[in-house]
Amino acid sequence: MGVGPSSMENLSLSVLTFYALAGTAVVGAAGVAFSRNIIYSALSLMVSFLGVAGLYVILGADFIAGVQVLLYVGGVLVLTLFAVMLTQGIRDVEVSNRSVGRIPAIVIVSGTAVVMYEAVSKAGWADKALAMDESSTYAVGNALLSDYILPFEVASIVLLAVLVGAVVLTRKEVVAEDESS
Amino acid sequence: MQEYLTTLLGGAEGLALEVGYLLGMLAFGAIVVFGFILPVAGITSWLERRVWARMQSRIGPNRVGPFGFLQWLADGLKNLLKEDVIPTAVDPRLFRIAPYVVVVGFVAAFVAVPFGANLIIADLNIGILYVTAATSLVVVGILIAGWSSNNKWSMLGGIRSATQIVSYEIPAGLGIFPVVLLSGTLSMQGIIEAQGWQPWNWHMFHSPFALAAFLLFFVSALAEGNRTPFDLPEAESELVAGFATEYSGMRMLLFFLAEWGNLYLIGALMATLYMGGWQVPPFTENAVLLGVAQFLSIFLKSCFWVFVAMWIRATLPRVRVDQLMTLCWKYLVPIGLVCVLGTAVTMVVAPEGILGLRFAMFGLVVLVIANFFRRVVFHLRRAKGMGWTIAG
Repeated sequence: MGVGPSSMENLSLSVLTFYALAGTAVVGAAGVAFSRNIIYSALSLMVSFLGVAGLYVILGADFIAGVQVLLYVGGVLVLTLFAVMLTQGIRDVEVSNRSVGRIPAIVIVSGTAVVMYEAVSKAGWADKALAMDESSTYAVGNALLSDYILPFEVASIVLLAVLVGAVVLTRKEVVAEDESS
Repeated sequence: MQEYLTTLLGGAEGLALEVGYLLGMLAFGAIVVFGFILPVAGITSWLERRVWARMQSRIGPNRVGPFGFLQWLADGLKNLLKEDVIPTAVDPRLFRIAPYVVVVGFVAAFVAVPFGANLIIADLNIGILYVTAATSLVVVGILIAGWSSNNKWSMLGGIRSATQIVSYEIPAGLGIFPVVLLSGTLSMQGIIEAQGWQPWNWHMFHSPFALAAFLLFFVSALAEGNRTPFDLPEAESELVAGFATEYSGMRMLLFFLAEWGNLYLIGALMATLYMGGWQVPPFTENAVLLGVAQFLSIFLKSCFWVFVAMWIRATLPRVRVDQLMTLCWKYLVPIGLVCVLGTAVTMVVAPEGILGLRFAMFGLVVLVIANFFRRVVFHLRRAKGMGWTIAG
């Protein structure tokens, strides 16, 4: 953790760590895309999430890294695994119609590529190592409750709606049998 | 530990410094894992069997060494030497990986667990968040174990574990919130420093809400650790051995290692968050003596909760799945929300804290404990008077 006064030389350990973590994330993502077994895909997703969390740590965003692992590995991934394990035919997924996949896929991928290129070219990259001593938690908390209070509240309302919706959907209808008998 | 390492590597620069740092941290990690976590987990296994035996009027393991103390070493050695059976119908890769995922998740949490004012591998800024995040890896390991075993009991155990841990993470998180509010930091050392060594200066006695959150956190932590009364994932009477059914030898032992070690982790978290951690009265200037006292302070507090967890396991029956979910969603989560809100309101009304309220809460807990011991003595006397023998 918190590497002290690190000089961003060509062969410093932080650079090596960055490539290792980026490699982990990319290999994990490739595993998700190319694996024939959904369980393996889901577990590759975990590897990818952990790699991304490591990248967040290198960027000095320790809070985001912790939340990434807690929510994505501990929550989203577990629920995904949970759902996948209850489905039939986990090994060798048969896609019945392969012909329609091509063109939409190309459209989506190229669209995403354009958006990502824009994001990368406009981002303000730090040109030196970031200090890890200060926690990013305060900054995140203050930003969420001051400048971004509206998105924050909207997100919480959306989550509440999802919760209530899930309850409504899964609730069994109570049939009033007692009255007839 | 980080400061110590920095002074140790004072002369180094650039790559040498970074490599030295890496090796130093790895060495500290290895010391904590092999010198502390493994012995504690092993001794816990022996202690647990002795404590249950005592509570259930049995004898327990008493053959290997004095009071059977070396039983855990014998068990470990036996399981290491056993054949590593991989059944033919399992998914061999995932089957092999699963125990390691569980152990990695549980051991990784110890990075941020404090043992004293200067004894911690890394005092992360996001300490408590990191611990919860790291332990969430355990459930992935259990799910993999359950699925890859290709066995309906294992599968059911894995699925039960997933639902249970995902559900109880919410009340556990809500049980941590009041502490974070009270200390204003996520760092484990920061949380401990926000409390005093006097019991009434602990976070648990801050207000009735903090006290409720304290108990809430303990219940949720037991459920997250798959401990009785929430040990549904490996319910012996229903699921053979749950997700561990197909495992044998050391791989099976790794699951149980994580479970026993997790007990200490729960205790250490309870001590850190709510019971003042390593805080001791400043009785001496000697740094070594003070360090030992601090370590004993947090260690004994943690061991107390380990004992309570064993006690609960020896006495309470297992809950049903629907009861488990009802308890979580209909009781613990609303209570947790009230605790968070109540703590926040208390802090707004009295930013300095109310000393009278602290003493009142402290007195209440002391009264409850005193009454408990009074009842125990009463029942022991009554049992003796009626001619029953107490197994001793």
